[in-house]
Amino acid sequence: MSKLRSTLGVVAIAFITLTAVSCNDNKKEQNKADGDHSEMSVDGDHSEMNHDNSDGHHDVDKNAMAINDSQDSKAEVILKDYFNLKNALVGDDNAKAKDLGMALTQSLKSFDVSSHSNTEQTKLKDIIVDATEHAEHISESDIAHQREHFKILSKDITDMVAITGTNKKLYEQFCPMYDGGSVWLSMEKDIKNPYYGSQMLNCGKLQREIN
Amino acid sequence: MIAFVGIQFFPTDRNESDLIPQTDFMLVNQVPTSIQNQLKESCYDCHSNNTKYPWYNKIQPAAWYLEDHVKEGKSELNFNEWDSLSRRRKASKLRSIIKQIESDEMPLSSYTLIHSDAVLSKAQQTEIIEYMKKLKAEAN
Repeated sequence: MSKLRSTLGVVAIAFITLTAVSCNDNKKEQNKADGDHSEMSVDGDHSEMNHDNSDGHHDVDKNAMAINDSQDSKAEVILKDYFNLKNALVGDDNAKAKDLGMALTQSLKSFDVSSHSNTEQTKLKDIIVDATEHAEHISESDIAHQREHFKILSKDITDMVAITGTNKKLYEQFCPMYDGGSVWLSMEKDIKNPYYGSQMLNCGKLQREIN
Repeated sequence: MIAFVGIQFFPTDRNESDLIPQTDFMLVNQVPTSIQNQLKESCYDCHSNNTKYPWYNKIQPAAWYLEDHVKEGKSELNFNEWDSLSRRRKASKLRSIIKQIESDEMPLSSYTLIHSDAVLSKAQQTEIIEYMKKLKAEAN
């Protein structure tokens, strides 16, 4: 009987210790769960948002179906979300960047590569999987982490555009200071630095023009 | 108490496999032995197909808690499947590995609290980070 009691005692102590130990991480997980939750609601918003903007695109699609294939318009949606995200980082807006990370995750996931050649499809899929992971992390991180992921995301998007092309004029810009030198894409020629935001808004230079 | 006893009867999926796939990080890279040992000690429990379970995995809710962690860990990074990743994905993962070790986010403090062998000293951190940076330069 006393053996049973002491066994139970050990188990109870183990349980209490573990609960205390895991507290920290539980909190993290809870945050994550909250994040997931808000992701879901943003998701809903986004599908509406997406709807709105794809409506815009749809008209183009319908009018020019023969010329424009829908894949390109999907790539344009990805670019639009990327630029919105870039602007949120320029504005030091962590919450907005989270939402836009989620929006970008969705548009990346709905990107259909089937109109491209097999080699291009393999490359695009690889790019999309990678970019999606970074967009997802951006949707749940603080702004310093968001910027770290944005750096690689920018490379992914640049590589994507090299394959899909775009009807927009793009500027590849370069910040020599951030993480040993980092590139981003912009629709404006003027430098607005997404890696430093207001801290060093105009730091950087134009590196290349696309289109 | 009754609930605590009750949940002991719920089984969990165990993450165990004797098979080391050809795609394993250690098999496809020339990893120095000291780094191999440390990665296995500090990372492989949650980032591979084989977890060395601690005694408390026999007790619920600890086993659930562990199951969740292993699942999440493997979905972020599975060293056993390293070579199935493209160069781009490897570069991304290496960046994350470097950042997480640099910022002391990994190994998780809840893990090192019980697995003191998993704690990385500053010197071990530097050694792993330097090695991962070298791999990243090759992958880029």
